[in-house]
Amino acid sequence: MRYAMAVDTKKCVGCSDCVVACQTENDVPVGFCRDWVVEVTDGTYPQLETEIRSERCNHCDNSPCVRCCPTGASHYAEGGVVLVTHDECIGCGACIASCPYDARYPHPDGYVDKCTFCLHNRVEQGLDPACVSVCPTKCMYFGDLDDPNSPVSKVLKTRKFKTLIPEAGTKPQLYFLI
Amino acid sequence: MKSRRDFIKISALGLGATAVAAGSAQALFGSPLFGNKNGNTESGTPLRRTPTYCEICFWQCAGWVYKDGDGNIKKITGNDDDQHCNGRFCPRGTGGIGQYMDEDRIKTPLIRTKVNGKDTFKEASWDEALDFIANKMQQIKRDHGPECVALFTHGSGGAHMGHMLKAYGSGTIAAPSFAQCRGPREVGFLTTFGDIIYSPERIDIRDTRCMVLIGSHLGENMHNGQVQEMSDAIDKGATIITVDPRFSTAASKSKFWLPIKPATDLALLLSWINVLIENGWYDKEYVEKYTVGFDALKEHVKTFTPEWAYGITTIDPNIIRETAREMFNASPSVIINPGRHVTWYGDDTQRMRAVAILTALLGSWGRRGGYYKPEKLHLPNFPVPPFPEPQRKPTDAYKGIYPLANEVVANGLCDATIPSVDRECNLRAWIVNGTNLLAAFPNQKNTLAAIDALELLVVIDTMPIELTGYADVVLPECTYLERYDMIRNSGHRQPNIALRMPAAEPKYNTKPASWIAKELAGKLGLAAYFPWKDMEELLDWQFKELGTSLEEMKRIGVKNYPREVDDLYFTPGEDVVFNTTSGKIELYSSDMESEGFDPMPVYTPHEEPPEGFYRLNYGRAPMHTFSRTANNPNLTALMNENVLWVNPKVAKLWNLTAGQRVKLKNQDNVISTFSIKVRVTERIRWDSVYMVHGFGHNNTKLTRAHGRGINDTELITRVKVDPVMGGTGMRGNFVTFITEFNEDGKEAEA
Repeated sequence: MRYAMAVDTKKCVGCSDCVVACQTENDVPVGFCRDWVVEVTDGTYPQLETEIRSERCNHCDNSPCVRCCPTGASHYAEGGVVLVTHDECIGCGACIASCPYDARYPHPDGYVDKCTFCLHNRVEQGLDPACVSVCPTKCMYFGDLDDPNSPVSKVLKTRKFKTLIPEAGTKPQLYFLI
Repeated sequence: MKSRRDFIKISALGLGATAVAAGSAQALFGSPLFGNKNGNTESGTPLRRTPTYCEICFWQCAGWVYKDGDGNIKKITGNDDDQHCNGRFCPRGTGGIGQYMDEDRIKTPLIRTKVNGKDTFKEASWDEALDFIANKMQQIKRDHGPECVALFTHGSGGAHMGHMLKAYGSGTIAAPSFAQCRGPREVGFLTTFGDIIYSPERIDIRDTRCMVLIGSHLGENMHNGQVQEMSDAIDKGATIITVDPRFSTAASKSKFWLPIKPATDLALLLSWINVLIENGWYDKEYVEKYTVGFDALKEHVKTFTPEWAYGITTIDPNIIRETAREMFNASPSVIINPGRHVTWYGDDTQRMRAVAILTALLGSWGRRGGYYKPEKLHLPNFPVPPFPEPQRKPTDAYKGIYPLANEVVANGLCDATIPSVDRECNLRAWIVNGTNLLAAFPNQKNTLAAIDALELLVVIDTMPIELTGYADVVLPECTYLERYDMIRNSGHRQPNIALRMPAAEPKYNTKPASWIAKELAGKLGLAAYFPWKDMEELLDWQFKELGTSLEEMKRIGVKNYPREVDDLYFTPGEDVVFNTTSGKIELYSSDMESEGFDPMPVYTPHEEPPEGFYRLNYGRAPMHTFSRTANNPNLTALMNENVLWVNPKVAKLWNLTAGQRVKLKNQDNVISTFSIKVRVTERIRWDSVYMVHGFGHNNTKLTRAHGRGINDTELITRVKVDPVMGGTGMRGNFVTFITEFNEDGKEAEA
């Protein structure tokens, strides 16, 4: 099993609903976030292209954050999802420094927090992650890459896609449809 | 000159506030739901849910409020059965919890008083506050007649307060959603098709093959159902054509983006009509069967060629032809989106007429992928005595002008408040619920002059919006998450109803508008008009009339009903009678003509920015609704100020750098109170600047909103009023940059 997510940049309008839904679903304190929206514009008026992306932890196959964690708090869970065991985290911040995607933040309660793909509170119950299920444009696809019929497998078969900073060698599992 | 009505900052008076907790002991709201898969927190605690419909904007999506075992509201999600949201709330709805949590809410009733000659608010009990209002209202009724009390409303409280006001004898009720927003489009379509667009709009985006957005920035303008359907349409390969001087989010999703010169849209529309007719790219059968005035139209648009339009709009004639062809190829599944906020230049009804005419030529009204016919339930009213007949109609306040307005013109009422010898009835009191009129009406000076003339201003709101500072009485309304409201009865592809019930007790000493209206009516001797014990009795009666019950609705939240007739679209060859003078779709409008307006739209050039000035364009951000969400903790975490979009060429000319703060000065020398951050971006034309509306709040009690960005409304001092229906055109204002100023407020232009 290999959980992954694809975000369709052709549909995402950058409304940030994914951010709010994640915050309320996962009790993320106001002022912090586990996912965020990036807008990139290229060209000169009126020859322009704007790409909007909903970003989060890439749940990398080769995660520098897991490798560098001194206590083992950062670990691979079911389906390759990268999680942080709050009780084992000493808040040293090594993982924050190692992440090329800037996906982690120091939680005010003293541990490092990040996207969990809503593994325990939703995915294990057969639900999509909160961001995926709330998105008004339905621009996000989630599922098991080992299952050819999962929404994410299906969409990656038919659409062109990219990952972010592939040169970092982290083997990210967050795909952007382009 | 010192005004009678000095602005009072509620902050100065909050000291010693005794927030009275709502008294009645109430059992747990809601019940645990079985088979509810959406029900755990991250820590695994089971959640309970109660139904609501959202109040953060006017799409009014129905959803569920989830609470933990201690009754704390945790999250809000969409109701899968709701046609407004299809189970998915937008960021504002998801973040609606912030309105409930906001610690800056108004906490107790306030009455204006004088201490040592200085205006201040004193905290009051509900009894005192409502007595004060009732006495004033009785006095105004005796002295001037009840019609001199007006209600301005933009929200669910309006139904309750409106019921009270009608019982009192006044029908003077208006919402800024007509003449400050969608009015021109309703009148433009009414005079063409004999019917309006409604909200949610009756456009069939889901099944369209081509949608044209003219200055409409869907995606930034987060009208949930429309954004969802636009995404579905993109998935199905529909063509999006966006006309906007700004490279909007929608433009970035479009096959064609037409970077039009601002204020020239009507020229483009006319040339599209020209191209369709000259090339025979229109639905001949439809036009023949359903319309009148085609020959006159053909003659009228003869000279409006793409080459003519090019000189005005700067849009390449080949692109005008190509996009017209694209529309025709998709017809009748094509939508020239009528938009929503369309009060721009004062000839807006005529521009919307051009949109309606294009719609008719393409045969998309009454067709799949074009416009459908919504159906709405008839909702029986709880029996009450007949309302007294008002001596004066609200339209008497602006007699003889705005002849084709089909709703009350809010700015007409505002103007009729300023004393004038020509006017037989000056309004004396305003009750304002759920709308910050100082941000909704352009030309603040005019609004303040009207307010200064009032004998009574009552503001009912959840937040200490700027208008509260001018009130005689401020009534703290509880949020939508803490109250019942009237049934949401909306027209859609299927008729449907939704319930809003309290998920929690009202915080502080706040009350629902339903309670406020009933209590005030009691004090006015009008209790007979509120014969129900409480909202539960009222709602249960109405639900039972509709074959359901409050108990069932608490469980399901939304109920969809089958359509009475299968008439979502016209059937082929169907004979249709339109509700116009001719009974046909009027390409040539007899209503416009008989009122002395152009029967077919004519392009007139609008003013252009003077040297060194830029047109002020404004719009929406997906995480905010007007000025009402500007203090919401969840939503300000996403965006806590507006920024000024400036083209790099302009930035270079003015030596502006990204992130630099500037103030703006408009053509009338009005300088913004606060400053704004510059965003240097290619996404905006060089002849205009852009900001999101709803920021720059001036009340320090709004701790997250105060002084954040610029309030565009204060710079909109030149208003182009649409003579057809009274719409306030707001896009004819020009601004220039002030780069050196004192942060404390006053100008100091270098």
